[in-house]
Amino acid sequence: MTVKKLSPEELLGLNKFAVDEAEPHIVLDKAICAKCAEKPCLVVCPAVLYSLKDNEMNFDYAGCLECGTCRVVCKNKGIIKWNYPRGPFGVAFRCG
Amino acid sequence: MSDDEKFDAIIIGAGPAGAACAYLLAKAGKSVILIERGSTAGEKNVTGGRLYTYALELVEPGLYQQAPLQRKVIREQIVMMSQHSAMTMDYVDYDFGAEVPQSFTVLRATFDEWFAAQAEEQGAMLAIGILVEDLIEERGRIIGVRAGDDEIYANVVIAADGVNSFIAQKAGLRGDITADSVGVCAKEVIELPPEVIEARFNLAADEGVARVMSGGTDGVPGGAFLYTNKDSISLGVVVNPVEAAQQGKKVQEMLQDLKMHPVVYPFIKEGTTVEYGAHLVSELGINAMPKKLYRDGLLLIGDAAGFVINTGTMVRGIDLAIVSGVAAARAVLANEGSTNVGTAYLKELEDLALLPTMRLYAKWHDIVGNPRMAATYPNMMNEMIKNMFFVDGKLPKRIDKAMLSIVRKHVSIGQLAADGWKGFRAI
Ligand SMILES: Cc1cc2nc3c(=O)[nH]c(=O)nc-3n(C[C@H](O)[C@H](O)[C@H](O)COP(=O)(O)OP(=O)(O)OC[C@H]3O[C@@H](n4cnc5c(N)ncnc54)[C@H](O)[C@@H]3O)c2cc1C
Ligand code: SF4
Ligand code: SF4
Repeated sequence: MTVKKLSPEELLGLNKFAVDEAEPHIVLDKAICAKCAEKPCLVVCPAVLYSLKDNEMNFDYAGCLECGTCRVVCKNKGIIKWNYPRGPFGVAFRCG
Repeated sequence: MSDDEKFDAIIIGAGPAGAACAYLLAKAGKSVILIERGSTAGEKNVTGGRLYTYALELVEPGLYQQAPLQRKVIREQIVMMSQHSAMTMDYVDYDFGAEVPQSFTVLRATFDEWFAAQAEEQGAMLAIGILVEDLIEERGRIIGVRAGDDEIYANVVIAADGVNSFIAQKAGLRGDITADSVGVCAKEVIELPPEVIEARFNLAADEGVARVMSGGTDGVPGGAFLYTNKDSISLGVVVNPVEAAQQGKKVQEMLQDLKMHPVVYPFIKEGTTVEYGAHLVSELGINAMPKKLYRDGLLLIGDAAGFVINTGTMVRGIDLAIVSGVAAARAVLANEGSTNVGTAYLKELEDLALLPTMRLYAKWHDIVGNPRMAATYPNMMNEMIKNMFFVDGKLPKRIDKAMLSIVRKHVSIGQLAADGWKGFRAI
């Protein structure tokens, strides 16, 4: 292998996740997001889990690295719930 | 867990802060439960990073020798990067590695798991896979925690739950963390054979490098780091999330560009990325610390208390986490059953030089957070160095005039003087 630029999907594919299918740990209110002009979450999420589809905010909590960045930049409070996943779900780093 | 179980201490979070505190309390014979949301201690944690050894020595002399540490750091490098060039300051000191080496590179998943296991060996109960959701309060005193349907009680609760401390918030000791007080880090761990790492960085088998870079972040205030582990390299960027968002620069892409930078790529080429992580780091030092670090029945330690120092050339948080864990354990042991644990904890933080050190670096953010540190000054420095070495046979410009014109191109002299003065005052 040689080092190259990797896409967000390739990067997340390297990690181990135990997704809590029953309970999302981050929940958005898409109506609030629709009115949010800046949408910083699109830029700062290191896992690139926020995206726009037909002007609608799309979010998938499955690849979340649990960093908390989206929570701290979301001024318009479109994130109506941000918790850590229930133990022991979520990402599991083998190096850290 | 039965409803009426009562411990001497509940510690929330098995990072270095929590593990250090649990270790010492358990060693003194106290009943301690160390609660961690991950299915192992360490699997949720990401750092740069390196560990300053003195902190582990404070817990137990010689403990570091058993710890799964990576390489002892004998080289410190500061890199000023511009787009195609870089100026590197390389300080090597083999005495850093003598007797008790001053610092080691570290991977947290293995280190934290080991450290929590040491606390367990001392008699602490490690409860993994449990997310503490709330505190239990009685007449103004914190008396326990709630996790799912379980309630657990203790004489004292210690919050060691990290930078994004919900527990400190629930206790009313701090508000929501604000975006301007943190940096967001994206990091890759890139595997390479040990011999390749040693050859590329000029190291013996157990030696390592800590390299901090300014200017590798596409003009967004922040910086980058590279640490050599035994058979991998930790490479990451840390940037201000507000600035990144305003400039529309994706954190993940900055890291991808950094990998391809001509002064980074040769060190990591032929490597294999094995992990991608992200984490927040507290950036404002003492300025972002909660006003109060305790209340009746509860102490904040480690990142939950805001104990991180970032000087731009060095990040300290793991050692401070451990030291604060030690301080909390000592305070609890000396003041059992009394309401003075909080003030005793503050006194220990003073005696162990933690708070005085935080105070000393109070203004450093003025330098580290200066937006010109992310591009203007690294670019200027690179151009000046280039001018010194560039030869094409024509008559060179007089060196003073050449330098002055380079400086003028990047900043106004007034700006330079102001930044210099601010920097001087911060030190
Ligand atoms: C990019 C980066 C580079 C850094 N570089 C360095 C460096 O080189 N050297 C250095 O010394 N420091 C460095 N730091 C800082 C250092 O990593 C932190 O200061 C340190 O990890 C703090 O330790 P802690 O034990 O307080 O918290 P953490 O290590 O964050 O541990 C908190 C623990 O609590 C658990 N937890 C959280 N909430 C709950 C809950 N409700 N219930 C149960 N468990 C919970 C978490 O899973 C976690 O295990 C760096 C940080 C970053 C992000
Ligand atoms: S916590 Fe971090 S990784 Fe998860 S969605 Fe938010 S920004 Fe992305
Ligand atoms: S920043 Fe918050 S409110 Fe705005 S789009 Fe993102 S999640 Fe929605």
